[in-house]
Amino acid sequence: MNNSVAKEKIVSLRKKRSLEDMRFKYYGFTAMCLSLAVLVFLLYTIFSKGYTAFQKTIVLLEVDYNQEVLKLTPDSSDEEMEKGKFFRVKKQAIENFFPDLSKSDIKLIKKLFSINLDNEIKDYFLENPEVINTKQQIWVTAHSDVDQLLKGNSRRDVPEDRRKLNDIQLSYVDQLVEENRVKQVFNNFFFTKADSRHPEIAGVAGSFMGSLFTLFTVFILSFPIAIGASVYLEEFAPKNRITELIEVNISNLAAVPSIVFGLLGLGVLLNVFGLPRSTPLVGGSVLALMTLPTIIIACRASLKAVPPSIKEGALAVGATKTQAVFHHVVPLALPGTLTGTIIGLAQALGETAPLIMIGMIAFIPNIPTGLTEPSAALPVQIYLWVESAERGFQEKSAAAIMVILIFLFMMNAIAVFLRNRFERKW
Amino acid sequence: MSNSKILANGVDVYYGSKQALFGISMDIKEKEVTALIGPSGCGKSTFLRCINRMNDLIEICKVSGSIKVDNEEIISSSTDVVSLRSKIGMVFQKPNPFPKSIFDNVAYGPTIHGLVDSKNELEEIVHSSLKKAGLFNEVKDRLNEPGTSLSGGQQQRLCIARAIAVNPEIILMDEPCSALDPIATAIIEELIDELRLNYTIVIVTHSMQQAARVSQKTSFFHLGELIETGDTKKIFTNPDNSKTQDYITGRFG
Repeated sequence: MNNSVAKEKIVSLRKKRSLEDMRFKYYGFTAMCLSLAVLVFLLYTIFSKGYTAFQKTIVLLEVDYNQEVLKLTPDSSDEEMEKGKFFRVKKQAIENFFPDLSKSDIKLIKKLFSINLDNEIKDYFLENPEVINTKQQIWVTAHSDVDQLLKGNSRRDVPEDRRKLNDIQLSYVDQLVEENRVKQVFNNFFFTKADSRHPEIAGVAGSFMGSLFTLFTVFILSFPIAIGASVYLEEFAPKNRITELIEVNISNLAAVPSIVFGLLGLGVLLNVFGLPRSTPLVGGSVLALMTLPTIIIACRASLKAVPPSIKEGALAVGATKTQAVFHHVVPLALPGTLTGTIIGLAQALGETAPLIMIGMIAFIPNIPTGLTEPSAALPVQIYLWVESAERGFQEKSAAAIMVILIFLFMMNAIAVFLRNRFERKW
Repeated sequence: MSNSKILANGVDVYYGSKQALFGISMDIKEKEVTALIGPSGCGKSTFLRCINRMNDLIEICKVSGSIKVDNEEIISSSTDVVSLRSKIGMVFQKPNPFPKSIFDNVAYGPTIHGLVDSKNELEEIVHSSLKKAGLFNEVKDRLNEPGTSLSGGQQQRLCIARAIAVNPEIILMDEPCSALDPIATAIIEELIDELRLNYTIVIVTHSMQQAARVSQKTSFFHLGELIETGDTKKIFTNPDNSKTQDYITGRFG
């Protein structure tokens, strides 16, 4: 009797326990679905807003490379050609863009082309000098306002005074579309040019290079220091109060807000040491300080993961401590160390606040070629573009986010690859 | 009667404030196998690790007393630990080959000590060490494969080859067979019997049969004290101390 009551109790409890199991499974599943949905929504928003930035609008323009207008002859040297009067050719081409244009119309039509028009006309000529004294149909970049209109990003049904293009310009654009004199092509400027005030010729190349130089500085500074510090702390340092204090503080430093490191860079690197502002050298140094604790923690974890028996084996055949550590322990810890470093670099890549503090937010229209040249960085570039009022910059900022995400994704993929390829199971 | 190789006198070892060894005095003869037996935690491994100063790795470990190897004091701050360890090889409980090729495992010691001038010489040392460890015929075709790909018994013999490659005089073995199956154990025991001709061997073991099979001298440790030491035959047939008697007959331990 008593026994069967106990059995019943066990059975009913058992049901309750499996229900608990089920419930927990569903909670987890729901949580995962929710986060996936948010992620998909985020990526969708970025992609749908940004993909148009990879295309630009170009316009067919007839250019007359007349030698009188250019003030060149077919025998001119390269240097002379550089100095040709291309702006006069451009002026002529715009005047003849449509037949019988009035002066005010010409002014309006001029605004349908990008600010880069002179250069495009010149580049075409420098590549094909034989076109002198001929009329050429060349495709040139359209102004961002035309581009945005044709991409459907700006509306034409709002009152004229709230539009970038007035009614006359709109009718010209429509005429161009009708005559098939505009088309959309791959936007090479986005990947080859630096920032600009004009959206149609603004690109991420400058900030991308800036980010690369910055990451290079971070790597050069933080990797050796982190390895040295972690090897010392893990293998050589005596275990006493001071090392304990250092260990605790490394963990604390990893949690310090990045803007504090920016302040440090501003106060010490710029003001005391007088390093050049807005440069990858300073930005990289600040970010290196910021990522050092992260990398040191990762390095120490991978050094700890090397079994002590390996070191003992080396010591037992008469290796010195340094030999045992650098011949055996460090090489075995290297994959983990590299992974940690890459994760740290990825963190540095996305950091904005400290770079703003040290002036990497300046408008830099050139692609940097060295560590001590002023430059922007990808996250700061995104911030700058998001802030811009011009409609053309909105798709650009979404596209720049895509670039930085792909960059991050690739870095993490390398980290995962290194981990899987070289990690040793004990 | 052979000569003394290792002479310990009043060795005390402390782990922090806990004393692990109490005044161990022992005479280990040249070219003999001495087995250290005793229940877990009795200090036999601690004593073994004093002989090549491996206890230095443990920060809280303090060793006092005197151990003389070839009449030279080794428990002193002026001892050159690195050359001491090249004279005293060690084989650990768990096989610990380096995650490198079989060749590099054995070549590591001779290379760092600068024992060789040419590649041929190094090859010769590696081959002869592997032969002495009875492993050469099994691995001669795959010297470039990682040492960790070998079986447990082969790994342990690789570690023995690694130890004898630097031409030591003494080999310390810390329960070398505890992670191995009986067949691998038998091979290692045979090997120990051969190595005895050239090396002084001190072996810590939990298996009393093993001590009886391979050693000439046996020392029984209990709670950090050396209870009895003597000829293996005598210890296992007619020990002087009643504790030894109890241990070897399986009444405790």
